Amino acid sequence: GRWSQAAAQQALTEDTLLDFQAHGNVTLVHLTDIHAQLRPVYFREPSENIGVGAVAGLPPHVTGADFLKLYDIAPGSPHSYALTSEDFSALARTYGRMGGLDRIATIVKRIRAERGDNMLLLDGGDTWQGSYTALKTNGQDMVEAMNALAPDAMTGHWEFTYGAERVTEIIESLPFPFLGGNIYDAEWNEPAFEAYKMFERGGVNIAVLGQAFPYTPIANPRWMFPNWSFGIREEDIAANVAAARAAGADLVVLLSHNGFDVDRALASRVSGIDIILTGHTHDALPEPVKVGSTLLIASGSHGKFVTRLDLDVRDGALKGFRHRLIPVFSDVISADAEMDALVTRLRAPFEDELKRELATTETLLYRRGNFNGTFDDLICQALIDVREADIALSPGFRWGTSVLPGETITVEDLHNACAMTYPAAYRSTMSGETIHAILEDVADNLFNTDPYYQQGGDMVRVGGMAYTIDPGATMGNRITDMTLVKTGEAIEPGRDYIVAGWASVNEATEGPPIWQVVEDYLARNPVVRLEENRLVTLKS
Amino acid sequence: MATPKPRVKLPKTASAGEIITIKTLISHQMESGQRKDKNGDPIPRQIINKFSCEFNGKPVFSCDIDPAISANPYFEFSAKVAESGTFKFSWVDDDGSVYEHEAGIEVK
Amino acid sequence: VAFAAAGLPGRPAWATPEETEKRIAEFTGGKTPETGRLTLTAPEIAENGNTVPISIEVESAMEGDDVVEQVMILAEGNPNPDVAIFNFSEASGIAAATTRMRLARTQNVIAVAKMKDGSTFIDKKEVKVTIGGCGG
Ligand SMILES: [Mn+2]
Ligand SMILES: [Mn+2]
Repeated sequence: GRWSQAAAQQALTEDTLLDFQAHGNVTLVHLTDIHAQLRPVYFREPSENIGVGAVAGLPPHVTGADFLKLYDIAPGSPHSYALTSEDFSALARTYGRMGGLDRIATIVKRIRAERGDNMLLLDGGDTWQGSYTALKTNGQDMVEAMNALAPDAMTGHWEFTYGAERVTEIIESLPFPFLGGNIYDAEWNEPAFEAYKMFERGGVNIAVLGQAFPYTPIANPRWMFPNWSFGIREEDIAANVAAARAAGADLVVLLSHNGFDVDRALASRVSGIDIILTGHTHDALPEPVKVGSTLLIASGSHGKFVTRLDLDVRDGALKGFRHRLIPVFSDVISADAEMDALVTRLRAPFEDELKRELATTETLLYRRGNFNGTFDDLICQALIDVREADIALSPGFRWGTSVLPGETITVEDLHNACAMTYPAAYRSTMSGETIHAILEDVADNLFNTDPYYQQGGDMVRVGGMAYTIDPGATMGNRITDMTLVKTGEAIEPGRDYIVAGWASVNEATEGPPIWQVVEDYLARNPVVRLEENRLVTLKS
Repeated sequence: MATPKPRVKLPKTASAGEIITIKTLISHQMESGQRKDKNGDPIPRQIINKFSCEFNGKPVFSCDIDPAISANPYFEFSAKVAESGTFKFSWVDDDGSVYEHEAGIEVK
Repeated sequence: VAFAAAGLPGRPAWATPEETEKRIAEFTGGKTPETGRLTLTAPEIAENGNTVPISIEVESAMEGDDVVEQVMILAEGNPNPDVAIFNFSEASGIAAATTRMRLARTQNVIAVAKMKDGSTFIDKKEVKVTIGGCGG
């Protein structure tokens, strides 16, 4: 109700977006999964996001027109553009890019000015990775920009892909704690990171517990941080909540990179957490989801949104709240001059390369969707073509920005879809049985009915082959009818196929970096025009 | 294989009757007997098959070990200490070797 | 995709559920162990099937008649179900232990405790050994 009125009935102005009737005595500001996007971006939200088991059909597993209906948002409105994939290309031209750390700085400074010291700014992680400049500077550009924004704490996931040594070096330099109660020293089974920190804000003792992505050593290369072990470690969270309460916490906040469904399950199993600031699964929800007495907050990704959560905490308990998921419309919210200057300086050494044009696209390029996205269709085509493969595999990452039809694809755009520290585009022989096992395994990491066995992310994207998937089936029975597109024949378990892919978690994977493969392909195919992807048939 | 090297972590002091945590590690590849070499011949099993800890000559904790225990076997357990004394740790190898380690604790 | 192709197991002969049941029966003297008092803790998904941390703890005073004598660990989907047997004493103070084990594939890890008074307890947890994983 409130959401759509603000949007539909009033003109879109900075004041409309940011005017907020303060509530209670303390404010939490949440940012997560920025994926190193310093400047405003186009980012299309997913058109499908299947929930399985108990969470089927519940937010965030609601997309498109259903999402608009659920939250009473008018089609074609600014918030429809910000929160769904509906009519994306057209609305993107109307409402422009979103995010940018300079706009976020304007929002944060305004709240700080209003709330004084009664505010915590919390960063949910996936902050240092996802752009050309972050890759070239080993995350330093994001570290400097975020330091200027002055968060009070952060946790992480893709941060770890810079390797243990670099991560340790950065953390030691940070003027705020990097929290991760679920990260242990793998040799002696001892906590390796600070689990929580107590803050006093507005007379309220706030315990912020950090929870890094539990499956970092599985979803990303373990060899880059071999001495750290992760996991959900629910019993540790419960123990830390109890310890924080015993130490006088009036409010317990879990700054989490678990993913939404894991956090929803956690909230039902561990008592005493007032607020979970969720991350990793990149969901943007205009209202909190309540589980028992715990509020779950989902603040989107890529800098598109900032959450402001005003809390009334009295007598050691949360009495009430006022929430807004602030969409960061870059044409409406002014840039903070200081942050703008800093970002300009950080990007300056790379500007010429960032702007270099590789091709033009006639098709909207985007990544999000459970089974495919056009940017991955392009990557798969490039892999098959350049690496002369039968089949291509591209990881189901949820990070990566969008390129509108008719626009040029720049080096920056390409890197927004693939900038990472293990980019080798491998080419190997796999049996049909192995390919099936991989698809089944990834599908179970996405669609296991127990959220604690889910790793977030989306299904591995395929090129050169088609298959049918039944997400509701059990492990080993979801993937059927695997077909090789070029022959139309069934993929045989005992036959070998040439498979090209990228982002293998194996050490010493060989091959050119994926951006080189795509650039080579674009050099020969300067106009990208993608047909609708019909490779995956959904059975339910 | 290099001579297995035991490492142990426990507090140097405790109060009488305190329950302390002891952590032990020993470098050992724990060859399971399930693997084959380059020629396809089975690699013979060689594991640490027994770990034990005693305090002032009395048993505290021990473990009978099968090949499913990981390389560089790790054991973490507790001990209730009533008086000052010495913990003696021993690891028994399939080849008959015994690797030992001692650590004292002062009860205040 | 971030899979580790080397993690695809070969196909050795797996232990059978019957073998696991037989081990439990031998250990308990044919009794059906109860649930409760014994807690097995293991990760939901193994980071590395070669070294999976597992912990057990049994509620017990560890004195008088209330003493945990042994806890057996089994893995029902490995080539051989045996993993380890922990032997406790009153000097253990608490019947708790942690070790690291090998898991050849997704399976149940089982712990069975035997008390001085002859009662037995069981707990199990499924640990997934995965080859795939992608990220948000
Ligand atoms: Mn993440
Ligand atoms: Mn992310």
